[in-house]
Amino acid sequence: MVEVEIKHLTKAFDDNIVLDDISLNINEGENFVVFGRSGTGKSVLLKCIVRLMEADAGEIYIENQNVLTLDIRKLNEVRKQIGFLFQGAALYDSMSVRENLAFPLIRNFSFSPKEIDFKIRNVLEKVSLLEAIDKMPAELSGGMKKRIGLARTIITEPKLILYDEPTTGLDPITSKEISQLIVELQKDLNTTSIIVTHDLICAKIIASHAVVLKDGKIRYEGNLDSLTSQDDPFLRDFFSSDIIDIKEGRN
Amino acid sequence: MENTTTTQKNISIFGKRLSEFFGIVAGLSLFSLEFFKNVFLPPYEFGEVKKHMDELGVKTLPIVSVTGFIIGLVLTMQSQPVMQKFGAEAFLPGMVALSVVRELGPVITALIFAGRVSSGIGAELGSMRVTEQIDAMEVSAINPFKFLVVTRVLACTLILPMLTVYVIFLAIIGGYISIYLSQNINFILYIHAVVHSVDFYDFVPGVAKTFFFGYIVGIVGAYKGYNTENGTVGVGQASTSSVVISSLLILLVDMVLVKITVSIWG
Ligand SMILES: Nc1ncnc2c1ncn2[C@@H]1O[C@H](COP(=O)(O)OP(=O)(O)OP(=O)(O)O)[C@@H](O)[C@H]1O
Ligand SMILES: [Mg+2]
Repeated sequence: MVEVEIKHLTKAFDDNIVLDDISLNINEGENFVVFGRSGTGKSVLLKCIVRLMEADAGEIYIENQNVLTLDIRKLNEVRKQIGFLFQGAALYDSMSVRENLAFPLIRNFSFSPKEIDFKIRNVLEKVSLLEAIDKMPAELSGGMKKRIGLARTIITEPKLILYDEPTTGLDPITSKEISQLIVELQKDLNTTSIIVTHDLICAKIIASHAVVLKDGKIRYEGNLDSLTSQDDPFLRDFFSSDIIDIKEGRN
Repeated sequence: MENTTTTQKNISIFGKRLSEFFGIVAGLSLFSLEFFKNVFLPPYEFGEVKKHMDELGVKTLPIVSVTGFIIGLVLTMQSQPVMQKFGAEAFLPGMVALSVVRELGPVITALIFAGRVSSGIGAELGSMRVTEQIDAMEVSAINPFKFLVVTRVLACTLILPMLTVYVIFLAIIGGYISIYLSQNINFILYIHAVVHSVDFYDFVPGVAKTFFFGYIVGIVGAYKGYNTENGTVGVGQASTSSVVISSLLILLVDMVLVKITVSIWG
C-alpha cells in the first residue's frame, strides 16, 4: 500500500518561494498528474518528495513514514521502493545502456545474471529500444535517452514512480506509447504515480487525478475533464494553447 | 592617490583570494572527514578501485615515463660541471640519486599527476553533478559519495606511490645514460654508487609522502567536482581550480613533511 500524503510543504531558494504551504493526497494506484507553467516548481516538488532537496517545512508521508525525518538508512529503504524519472534522463555517461539498466538491479537486489539479462531485454522491449542495448548514452538521441531513463526507472518495479515530464521531447506517436506504458504499469503492478507534464494528450491517457501549480500553490484540483472545461481564464489559456496552435497551423 | 587606490585594490583582491583559499581548506577538511567516515564502511568497492587504478595508470604512464627519464638525464647533465669544479665527480651518481629519491621524483611526479588527474576527476564528477547523475544514484539508494568519491580517492592514493617508484627508477637510468655519454662508466659501478648512497631512510619517507600527494590529488578533484554548481561553466571551473589547488597543497604539504622527516632522521 503506497499512498503519499504531503502536508504544508514549503520550499524557498533565498527569497524565491517556490512551494508555498502545499498539501496533497495521492491515493494508492492513482495516476496523479501535476501541471504548471515552466519554473513553477514541479521538479522541485518531486525532488522534495525523495529528499534530493531538503524541504524548509512540512511533512511528507510515504507508507505512513514521514520521509523528511527518516535517517539515511531508513530513507534508502523507502527509496528502493521509488522510481524517479529525471527531466533530463540522467543516464550514467560512463556506462552502456545495459550497464545503466543493470546498475540498480545489481546494487539493490540479488538477481542472477540471467534474470538481470531477462529484465533488461524485457524493459527495453517495452520502450521499443532493444537495439540500443549496447550503445553508450552519448550515442543516443534526446528522446531515446528519455526512454532509456524511463526503462531504468521501471526496471526495479517500484511501487511509487515519480515522472518528471516523461513525454517531453518525444514525437506524438512515441509519446502516446509511453503514456500507454505508464497506464499499463499502473494496471499490472498497481503502481502509484506522480506525473509532471505539459502534454495534454499524455495527461488525457493517464490522468486519474490532476492538479495545477501556480505561484507556489495548488490552484486547481480535480479530474482532468473538470479542469479543462472550467471557465477560469488562466486554465482556459493553459489548456487551450496547444489546441489553438494546431488549428492555426492547419489554416 | 592613483597608486594608493590600486595598492588598496590589490590588497583587497589578495585578501579575497586568501579568504577563498581558507574557505576551500575548510570545505576540504569536512569533505575529508566524510571520506574517512565512508572508507571503512562496507560494501568495499574493490572492483571500482581497481578499475580506476587501471585507468589512471594508462592515462599517466606515458607522460610520467618521459618525465622520469628526463629528470635524471638533465639533472646529471646540469650537475656534472659543478661537481667537476669541486673535484667531486665521484659523488655524482649518489647526488643525483639522492635528489631524485628524496625530493624531485616524488614532487614532480605528484605535480604531473595533479595536472593530469585532478582536472579529470573534477570535470567528470562535475558533469555528473550538473546532469543529475549523482542525484540519480542517490535516489536509487546507492551512496554516490562512496561509489564515486571514495573509489577515486583511494585509487589515486594507491597508484601515485607506484608511479613514483617507477619514475625514480627511470630517472636513475636517465642519469646513467648522461654519465655514460660523457665518461663511459660501467653500469654496475654506477648502480653500486647509487645503492651505496641511498639508504632506507631516504627511500621510505620519499615514497611514503606520495601517499599524501595522491590523496590530495584525488580529494581535491573530487571535492571540486562533487560540489559543482552553475552548470557547464561550473564544470570548467571545477576542472581548472582542482589543478591549481592540488598543486599548491602538494607543495605546502611537502614542506611540512620534509621538515618533519628531517627533524626525525636528519
Ligand atoms: N538548485 C536551485 N537553486 C536555486 N533555485 C532553484 C534551484 N532549482 C530550482 N530553482 C528555482 O525554483 C523554481 C522552480 O524550478 P523547477 O525546476 O521546479 O521548475 P519546473 O516547474 O520544473 O519548470 P520546467 O517545467 O521548466 O521544468 C525556479 O524559479 C528555479 O529558478
Ligand atoms: Mg522541471
